[in-house]
Amino acid sequence: MSELLLDAKDLVKHYGSVEALRGASFQAFAGEVVALIGDNGAGKSTLVKCLSGVQQPDSGELRFDGKQVVLDSPTTARRLGIETVYQDLAVAPDLDPAANLFLGRELRKPGLLGRLGVLDKAAMRRRAITEFSQLGVRLQSIDAPIGSLSGGQRQSVAVARSVVWASKLVFMDEPTAALGVVQRERVLDVIKKVRDAGMGVVLISHNMPEVLAVADRIEVLRLGRRVARFSGSDVTVEQLVGAMTGALSQEDAA
Amino acid sequence: MTTRSESTVDIANGDVEPTRRSLWQRVSGSNTVWIALVLVALIVVFSIARPDAFLTLFTAQTLLIEAAVLLVLGVGMTFVIITSGIDLSVGSVLIFAGVMAAKTMEGLSPRSDSTGAGWGVILVGLLVALVSGGAWGLVNGLLIARAKIPPLIVTLGSFGAALGAAQLITDGSDVRTVPKALARTLGSGTSLGVVPNLVILAVLITVVGDLVLRTTRFGRYTYAIGSNEEAARRAGIAVTRHLVTVYLMVGVLAGLAGFMSLAYFRTTTISGHSTDNLNVIAAVVLGGTSLFGGMGSIIGTVIGIFIPAVLTKGFVILHVQAFWQPIAVSAVLVAAVWFDQVRRRARDQS
Ligand SMILES: Nc1ncnc2c1ncn2[C@@H]1O[C@H](COP(=O)(O)OP(=O)(O)O)[C@@H](O)[C@H]1O
Ligand SMILES: [Mg+2]
Repeated sequence: MSELLLDAKDLVKHYGSVEALRGASFQAFAGEVVALIGDNGAGKSTLVKCLSGVQQPDSGELRFDGKQVVLDSPTTARRLGIETVYQDLAVAPDLDPAANLFLGRELRKPGLLGRLGVLDKAAMRRRAITEFSQLGVRLQSIDAPIGSLSGGQRQSVAVARSVVWASKLVFMDEPTAALGVVQRERVLDVIKKVRDAGMGVVLISHNMPEVLAVADRIEVLRLGRRVARFSGSDVTVEQLVGAMTGALSQEDAA
Repeated sequence: MTTRSESTVDIANGDVEPTRRSLWQRVSGSNTVWIALVLVALIVVFSIARPDAFLTLFTAQTLLIEAAVLLVLGVGMTFVIITSGIDLSVGSVLIFAGVMAAKTMEGLSPRSDSTGAGWGVILVGLLVALVSGGAWGLVNGLLIARAKIPPLIVTLGSFGAALGAAQLITDGSDVRTVPKALARTLGSGTSLGVVPNLVILAVLITVVGDLVLRTTRFGRYTYAIGSNEEAARRAGIAVTRHLVTVYLMVGVLAGLAGFMSLAYFRTTTISGHSTDNLNVIAAVVLGGTSLFGGMGSIIGTVIGIFIPAVLTKGFVILHVQAFWQPIAVSAVLVAAVWFDQVRRRARDQS
């Protein structure tokens, strides 16, 4: 078994009177794709936000790489090597794909100009073209605002941004929702590559065949709590749906 | 990512590399080009109608001088509007800074008459103008970015408060003594024979503002925050600090504009800037900067400043009633915002 990367225990998160997480636990291992599934409103996106520093859980315990951590901001999570594709994408629609890829990590010119904050746009554009083509992201133009691209292309850019910068763990919250068949295959290929490079991938998806195709492990969330865990090789769609709807539950999962 | 597998090769072979858009594609997609054409057309029309009166050095000089103060305000306003904010307080802050500077210079002069004051006193005056402008900017920024009060409300408040404070300090009547040395150099002096010093200062500020916005990380973050504040935050950008800095910068620029206005008019012109804010906002938006944030340019603002200015001059020369000017400007403004909105809607549907 590969090493335990992320270990979240009993996370609780309220939004006003809404209890989005009610003692949710979750684990991710290095070199593994774990699918996080659950019905709409089960708390998957909330869990991802708590585990990537965008939101802070009201209570619960978080260990990363064996050490207890507090993810008080996305920057803290990113410093630990955690990258995230958010369900709402979180891209800047008026900026071009290269600018979005490097958002918050801009390359600066060497020397005095760089110290004055001057960007090295050419270098970023070159590197972006390389990364995009290596990840199979097709874009007609590298300097059109990303808002003018198709939903699928925007999603591909968000996926590319996460895997380019991650060093340990990548969360992907429904990364294939807006994609066509070909693009979807590409993203699944990318996910496998990232895993084979030794990183952990957390995939959220409503597409069961997709989950069964790439996931090494599956954790099921229901009403803000983990209700089941499966190994990816010996599970059926019926079992997954049963766990998501509450028809099936495992005593030891929570 | 560190893995580079063989499968990527066929992608590179099979696909076209993403290209850069042609200059024309990039340029025609923005309002700025169209509005620039409007400006050129106006100049051509007025020049043909009255070449003797419109195409003169004097017209050019007064046009530029009158635009200089607005331009300095416009540079700051462009940054603010790109963050999807607004600053209604610039005109009042300009007055407040001018009053503070003038009062300080008087206070440092014998018998409260600063006419004969030297450069030491003038420099202190400049510093006071910048600091008092910056103070209002800082207050605006903190209330907007930290306390999360909408910029429209915050700056509407400081619009009233800064003017009120200026009137309290002066008892409502203008400060009338200004150092001669200042008025003769910055106020009405020229360099290279014909170029007004005020204009040189405004151009300098404009060029620096343009470079910061287009080429630096500060500029990039300004666009990113206006485009999607939450995305910027999640990308690790210190959004709150950046917004405070932007409003602080606008305040400092308004302070400088106040000092320039003081040098030019040789008095504090307390009642003369009540519509500066709207004129500047109109200019920035005319120039293609989107009120929704994320998009805009300094060059656009320069063009947007000159359209109303040229219209005014042209109407005077052609003996058209001056009351037509605001009507014409407003029509162009509404059209510009409408185009912006239509274009955004078309884009967001894709
Ligand atoms: N920002 C928010 N404010 C209030 N309620 C929220 C917010 N985000 C999520 N919720 C609520 O929390 C619950 C879990 O939502 P979410 O994590 O998005 O579920 P999922 O991603 O599994 O569909 C839902 O009931 C949702 O309405
Ligand atoms: Mg969700």
